[in-house]
Amino acid sequence: MTARTTSEEAVPSEGGTISRGGTSRRAALGRSPVTVTFALLIGLTVAALLRSGSTAITGQALLTGLIAGGVYSLLAMGLSLIFGVLDIVNFAHGAFLGVGLFVTYEVAHQTGLNPYIALPVAIVGLFVLGALIQLLLLNRTIGGSLERQLLITLGLSLLISNVLLLAFGGDPLSANLTSDPGVHVFGAVANLSRVIAFGAALVLAVLLYVLLERTSFGRAIRAVAASRQGAGLVGIDVRLVYVVTFGLGTACAGAAGMLIAPFTTITPTAGDQFNILAFVVVVMGGLGNVTGALVSGLIVGLVEQLGGVAIAGQSPLLGVFILFLLILLIRPQGIFGAKAP
Amino acid sequence: MTTTTAPPAPTPAPTRERAQSLKRSLLILVAIAAVAACAPFVLPESRQSIAIRVLIFAMMAIGWNLMSGYGGMFSFGHAAYFGIGAYTDTYLLVTFGWSPWLALVVGAALAALVAAGIGYVAFRYKLRSAYFALGTFAIAEMLRLLATNTKWVNGTTGYHVPLLPESSWTMLQFGANAAEYFYIGLAMVVVCMVVTLLYLRSRSGIYTVAIRDNEDAADALGISVMRVRLTTMALSAAITAAAGMFYAQYYTFVDPDTAFGSAQSVQAIAPAVIGGVATPWGPLVGALILGPLADLTVTWLRTPPAFLDFLTGRSGLDVVLYAILLIVIALVLPKGIVGSIQEWWKRR
Amino acid sequence: MSTSNPSGNVLEVRGVSKSFNGVHALADVDLDVPEGSIVGIIGPNGAGKTTFFNVVAGALRPDSGHVRLFGKDVTGLPPHRIAHAGMARTFQLMRPFGSMTARENVVAAALTRGGSHKDARLAADEVIDATGMAAWADATSDSLHTAALKRLELARVLAIRPRILLLDEVLAGLVPAERAPVVDLLARLREAEGLTLVFVEHIMQAVMKLSDTVVVFDRGRVIASGEPTEVVADPRVVEAYLGQELTGA
Repeated sequence: MTARTTSEEAVPSEGGTISRGGTSRRAALGRSPVTVTFALLIGLTVAALLRSGSTAITGQALLTGLIAGGVYSLLAMGLSLIFGVLDIVNFAHGAFLGVGLFVTYEVAHQTGLNPYIALPVAIVGLFVLGALIQLLLLNRTIGGSLERQLLITLGLSLLISNVLLLAFGGDPLSANLTSDPGVHVFGAVANLSRVIAFGAALVLAVLLYVLLERTSFGRAIRAVAASRQGAGLVGIDVRLVYVVTFGLGTACAGAAGMLIAPFTTITPTAGDQFNILAFVVVVMGGLGNVTGALVSGLIVGLVEQLGGVAIAGQSPLLGVFILFLLILLIRPQGIFGAKAP
Repeated sequence: MTTTTAPPAPTPAPTRERAQSLKRSLLILVAIAAVAACAPFVLPESRQSIAIRVLIFAMMAIGWNLMSGYGGMFSFGHAAYFGIGAYTDTYLLVTFGWSPWLALVVGAALAALVAAGIGYVAFRYKLRSAYFALGTFAIAEMLRLLATNTKWVNGTTGYHVPLLPESSWTMLQFGANAAEYFYIGLAMVVVCMVVTLLYLRSRSGIYTVAIRDNEDAADALGISVMRVRLTTMALSAAITAAAGMFYAQYYTFVDPDTAFGSAQSVQAIAPAVIGGVATPWGPLVGALILGPLADLTVTWLRTPPAFLDFLTGRSGLDVVLYAILLIVIALVLPKGIVGSIQEWWKRR
Repeated sequence: MSTSNPSGNVLEVRGVSKSFNGVHALADVDLDVPEGSIVGIIGPNGAGKTTFFNVVAGALRPDSGHVRLFGKDVTGLPPHRIAHAGMARTFQLMRPFGSMTARENVVAAALTRGGSHKDARLAADEVIDATGMAAWADATSDSLHTAALKRLELARVLAIRPRILLLDEVLAGLVPAERAPVVDLLARLREAEGLTLVFVEHIMQAVMKLSDTVVVFDRGRVIASGEPTEVVADPRVVEAYLGQELTGA
């Protein structure tokens, strides 16, 4: 037991952001978190090289990881935005990605066209779905305990994936491209669909960033994130901001779902594994820090793939979980610091 | 010490009252068990699985409620303890031919140890609230991945309990749908309830609630916060591990997903939340509601009404219903069914 | 324990400093509290009084300096260990165990003395009577108002039978008629049981009446200490308060 935050003059805010005392131990390990992270990545690369004994395998892991990370970034930015503004730990985020997968499947099959035409449908559809959920359900619990919000979003997650199961059955579906050639990058190969997913995810992520940083509505969102009361006092419609923010967050998940649909087996629970991935990215980037999520998504993608090579025989996700627990324990504010977007 | 300022008030006899409240709880428990004991006579044999499901849900939720309801430590990873119970049982049984009863002791102890380890690290690093929940979730998922990829626990295949030619109490194995399963499960639920009720009245149990209500005040009064929390977590894990062992024996099969899957964590949370978090009877009520849902909806979807024809033979409706129930309860009855009734009774 | 404690001081604080983000909340604070004495701590808001309590009671670790309790170094020990060593503290902002009744709060505290549940219940009854809580002792503490919670805060620490008690503004929020019995109770506890008291208080009447020694904090430092009447007349003290009424209530 080291430093405690019990000073009466500085009572931790309850129900809102999670106040925590920084300990000296933590400070020592977190002195230059960005350096530590890069050291970790280099260490993992070396481990992967030693383990596989092949630059080709390691190079492939680097490319695959980086490319997968782009989608994680987009997904996690939505999750982080929701946490930063609404203080909701949205456990249904993976399920929203699942909805994006099925939207893509439906659009591609109904029209018989290229799956990518589903992108605007997924974005708008998921925005509306998220906005409605916030409007009808979550706006009623503003300021509730984190656990209560967690329970509601857990219920939503179960609800969504099982409605999908009821509607589409449990058999795996696909929304493949008619042709998906390999693209060569520095001797490694990636499918075109993955490269497109990476590029499109980054473009959308940057658009979201611009929306938050450069528009008046983005300013309103950031004002609400900084202080709910303050924003209300200067005439911002806080509830509207909540509705739009949740919609934007779920639209990110929907877009991520659409982008991975061409190379993903579509099942009602396909979104589940992305849930924890998104949380890892969000905590790593700093809960509520949207820019942090952008960078951390790429890091997590790399850790997953390099770890998969380095700890052969185990699931690539294992390395991600280990990283997650380490961050939770040593630097819960994330490598870029938790803050409002 | 005497005083002149105390207004004359009817002084209740707290000692007797407390003893009575324990006695009353135990009497209610006996009554519930007596009614439940009639189930095998009422339920058709083919429906016995419903009753068993209720019992398993109840045990898991009793365990979760102790740590997360009374203790305020929101676990999102009780699948870890459930899975440890199930795997210890099947591993020792398949590999060494151990009796499940012996394996239960080992599994519960192991789960308790793991829980205490997790708790120690988590509280030493001041993991709280959502961070704690996410951390426990990650640990359960890690165990699932490890079990999936580890050969000496049979990887993705998991274990089948070797079937015996005849019934055996020692090996906890009976014919399909034998009433013995139900009575053993019922007895285990009763034991878990008695242990919980006694624990909540013990020094450690009282401290557990005190720490949940205000950690700093508890610490300042001389309560060793860490020790009490770890004790509560260990007991909670042991109870959940017992549920895992019973599950493995009844279904005679475990694999990484059925043991450590996040669905198991949810099944420990949902009955407690729906029935009433931090109420003694909440987990039982919640289990009674959620247990039958799966079988009822499957039956119903076999021949659905005309307008729902397209759902014929589909699955998922049970979880849809309980997800809705979970959301509605969290939205409008945060104290759950039992908690809300209790409150209404007090205000009457 | 007084045998291992040649100085006769129950509590000795030496050179304690603590800063938050570069701001000195406490700077080189010394304090001696003789057994059975009553020490009143006053000072303007933000002077470091509560931080001082938090450091002494183990809730905060000091950056430097030592805290000795009954002659033993307890610097940096966790609060529950310090409580077991015989020192208890109340919180300025009340911290009840909200889901329990007031009585259960006190019983929970009494249990930490290690006796049986029956002992704890009897001890709790005694404290509840002494603090005048009997009328509402079986109400859920979440439903109690400030004055009742202040009393509960006091009752709870009394139930662990401390030998030295740190009280953080237990009188604030009470109307004058409610203060007198609490002040009497504290004076009586000192007389009857040799309880040592250190208390932070804004109500000067009580400070003047109870204290053997008054210690004045300002901006993290002890700027004066001594007999109540001397200290109140000290020009540095008057300056610290910048003309605030010192002798009134």
